Amino acid sequence: MAANVIRDLLDQAFPEGEIAVEDRTGGGDHFQVTVVSDAFNGLPLIQQHKLVNAALAAPLADGTIHELRIRTKGTA
Amino acid sequence: MSALHDQIKQVIDTEPVVVFMKGTPDAPACGNSLRALQALWQAGAPIAGVDVLPDPRIRQELTALSEWPTIPQVFVKGELIGGADITEELFASGELKAKIDAALGADREQSVRTVEIALD
Repeated sequence: MAANVIRDLLDQAFPEGEIAVEDRTGGGDHFQVTVVSDAFNGLPLIQQHKLVNAALAAPLADGTIHELRIRTKGTA
Repeated sequence: MSALHDQIKQVIDTEPVVVFMKGTPDAPACGNSLRALQALWQAGAPIAGVDVLPDPRIRQELTALSEWPTIPQVFVKGELIGGADITEELFASGELKAKIDAALGADREQSVRTVEIALD
């Protein structure tokens, strides 16, 4: 399932992170991801989101993710 | 570099605030594009909207330039601000208005228009 793929990729990218993946519509391609990680500390929002986009580059590129909403937060 | 690439780059470089979106400001075709537009409007931004839907190459060239995979994409004075989530978050915190005030001056006209990308 796509949600599990996304969660695994985020777990790999943010091993210490607190991660939530929600299938917003139940259709398996619109997701809300929330990541709380010390990797975001001191970074502007755009750089935080770029890290998440990079972690999910494959499912974003191949259309597994049709829509992605991102919420990020540092731990500091 | 293709003509399309140059055209997109020129829009990013010359429009004070531009949103690459699905649909137009008059007829947004995606909830996220609408969210970005609403946040920009409430922050008092003059908005130029570019529809990426007429040709998939627009989105491909844009993403190659911006290194941002999703639509919408908001640029202020040539700088990528982010997508709908960041634009909304920055609006809620007051940073979006501050950024636009700093870039364009607090005393500004607010307008919304559509910019067409010419295709071969």
